[in-house]
Amino acid sequence: MLRYVLRRFLTAIPTLFVIVTISFFLMRVAPGGPFNQEKGLNPVIKANLERVFHLDQPLWKQYLLYLNNLVHGDFGPSYNLPDFTVAELFAAGLPISIQLGGTALVLALLLGGILGITAALYQNKPADYAVIATATAGSTIPTFVIAPLFQLFFALTLKWFPVGGWGDGALINKVGPVLTLMLPQLAIVARLMRGSMIESLRSHHIRTARALGLSDYSVVIKHALRGALLPIISYAGPAAAALLTGSIIVETIFAIPGVGRYFVEAALNRDYTLVMGTVVVIAMFTIVFNLIVDILYAVVDPRVRYD
Amino acid sequence: MKSQFSVKSWLIGCSMLAMTTTGAFAEVVYNRGNSADPESLDPHKTSTVYEANILRDLFMGLMVQDAKATVQPGAAESHTVSADGKTYTFKLRQGALWSDGSPVTADDFVYSWRRLVDPATAAEYAYMLAPVVNAEDITAGKKKPDELGVKEVDAGTFEVTLNAPTPYFLEMLTHQATYPVNKASIDKLGADFIKPGNLVSNGAYVLTEFVPNDHIKAVKNDKFYDAANVKIDVVNFIPTEDRSTAMKRFEAGELDSNDDLPTEQLADIKAKFGDQVRIGPYLGTYYYAFKTDKAPWDNVKLRHAVSMAIDRDYLAEKVWQNTMIPAYSFVPPGITGYATRATDYAEKSQLDREDEAKKVLTELGYGPDKPLKMEIRFNTSENHKNTAVAIQEQLKPLGIEVSLVNTDTKTHYGLLEQHGDFDIARAGWIADYKDPENFLALCKTGTGNNYAAYTNKEYDDLMAAAASAATPEERMKLLSDAEAIGVARDLCVVPLLYYSYHDLVSSKLKGWEDNVMDVHPTRFLAKE
Repeated sequence: MLRYVLRRFLTAIPTLFVIVTISFFLMRVAPGGPFNQEKGLNPVIKANLERVFHLDQPLWKQYLLYLNNLVHGDFGPSYNLPDFTVAELFAAGLPISIQLGGTALVLALLLGGILGITAALYQNKPADYAVIATATAGSTIPTFVIAPLFQLFFALTLKWFPVGGWGDGALINKVGPVLTLMLPQLAIVARLMRGSMIESLRSHHIRTARALGLSDYSVVIKHALRGALLPIISYAGPAAAALLTGSIIVETIFAIPGVGRYFVEAALNRDYTLVMGTVVVIAMFTIVFNLIVDILYAVVDPRVRYD
Repeated sequence: MKSQFSVKSWLIGCSMLAMTTTGAFAEVVYNRGNSADPESLDPHKTSTVYEANILRDLFMGLMVQDAKATVQPGAAESHTVSADGKTYTFKLRQGALWSDGSPVTADDFVYSWRRLVDPATAAEYAYMLAPVVNAEDITAGKKKPDELGVKEVDAGTFEVTLNAPTPYFLEMLTHQATYPVNKASIDKLGADFIKPGNLVSNGAYVLTEFVPNDHIKAVKNDKFYDAANVKIDVVNFIPTEDRSTAMKRFEAGELDSNDDLPTEQLADIKAKFGDQVRIGPYLGTYYYAFKTDKAPWDNVKLRHAVSMAIDRDYLAEKVWQNTMIPAYSFVPPGITGYATRATDYAEKSQLDREDEAKKVLTELGYGPDKPLKMEIRFNTSENHKNTAVAIQEQLKPLGIEVSLVNTDTKTHYGLLEQHGDFDIARAGWIADYKDPENFLALCKTGTGNNYAAYTNKEYDDLMAAAASAATPEERMKLLSDAEAIGVARDLCVVPLLYYSYHDLVSSKLKGWEDNVMDVHPTRFLAKE
């Protein structure tokens, strides 16, 4: 297993290299640049700016310079936020996005899992219909509707929570963003869990377990759940990578200083270094979580072996 | 003796407790919504209005704007101008200190201004010092920064030599690009001088926290010369990119003011917040530019025909919910001593304008058999799109076939700056300082922002004559004549709307004076 993990990490390096290279050149194909703006710059001043950020160099030189800096752990300065390096922006924002996304994911897995199992055990009964209805609603109402509704009802009308802001990480400020992030995930997890649990409960080994007279608890939790978890794990890997790297909608509406907004803003601002930093971070999260998913497969399903 | 001391201590303790509980020691905190985070807090690397709002509190230039945006002495207590209008001598405020306690000297200004124009700084607003001798050559790398026309006469006297008399020079000195920075701090910390805890500034507030996308906290600077009159202890600048959230946060009391509001909900907002909604003319113009060096848009009659057919009243009222004002001149009203020059159809009714436009189009040979085709380019924004769609509809009855091209801001301005191919494109200009030259310079031959590629010797000559005019009155007259030719006659830009400021200001906030620059330094405000 250890060898497998090591091999996966080593293969991640060329993957990252390819992603960085494609992103670097694709970004430069986009028209306009970081210093095109409503109040256009005098050509002399624009040239000075381009020189300071090495944008006057041939593209291949810029690419090599970027790669060299990247290998040394330097993501470069942000073009549009020059007081900060890209690393500083991520150091400030990523922990916040991880806190919110991580909490939302754990809650979605726990609550969605329980709801899904309940629905499967009471298939075609009122409890099942209630879960399906909730899950369908949860996955169809977009976050840009849930978030303002939460603000209107819980913050402005009931005054239980603040409308927005991080509030130095106060619990009360996290409730709205976490709930908004969690609801669609919870709905998906509940539906997945219901489906896979129903399938698992119908399998031969569960029939055998029941025939052997095992208790319901033992049948469901010890035997059926294992098999039912595989689709959830497959889903949770990419979902974790997406959730932990922030959501532009939730962070913008709740005024949360996470990194979700950089994904879109950096691209629109042609903030090349921040775009590249974002790409690298997302790619790393995706690679790591895909690996975790594969390892968990082996843990949950004894038939899966990587050695 | 012992018991007396105990009683006294007890009384003092009780009084302090009472004062604390009644709020006598409570900090006055102002949560100030600011439409975006600054790109930088280094005054020499900033350019935007939302950066200016913060830097105005942290730093003080030679001149400042007061609560009504009137120019007043700032770091310079007084100044004199030589007879030829080219040499300004500033007497710095005696006893003025940086936030670290060191004195603010003329050498600080010499260092800072050289830094601003130095190509290595790559300051976007280096041109704010363009009137100073050698400034432009230094920024272009043709001369050394120490050749800038500034000198320290003595520690308290700073002298500036200009290329030519520049009547708006003092107005320019209120811009953040001309603020001083602390040399000792930059020498010691390099680029980190700007970080909270490091930043040494000379304004009414000191930077203590900067969490990107969350808040910037500045606390009252007790070394500031007028600290005794600064009533707000802490100002938190909170970026409010989402205007709807900002409005809700204002309603919940989380913000005391915000510099924008969701204009599409204006009627509801006015009903809900009443006098707390502040709307008024702002020194900025929303315009379209024809590519005047390309047929058929090189025909000024055609440009006017299209311009006349645009119903600006409709745009202002229906598209912008009266948060914009119909415009017929490039320079907005509100600049003392300047008479704006509007197009001659400004006073006509829209029906008359449309009739005249139809006549011109027919004269030029356009009609059902040969429809005029025009492509409007605009940068992404719901309001820009709605404006373009409305214009498309307004021009349709005249047989003008309008197509729309929407691109993101960088692509849009990238094309305009490179003088790429287009018919007509959207742009806007917000004044950096209160002077008509700041607008009219955009139509001078070869100016970077002259997207229309307009060129006219008569216009350029008038602008040059204005720059060396003997009196302010003569200068304003020449600028006005230039606008009459470049804008009203030739439509180097097609003015559509004047901007307006639209702020949300809590009734708890006192001292907020509405003004055309929408400038509201925190040091002049108070909070109940």
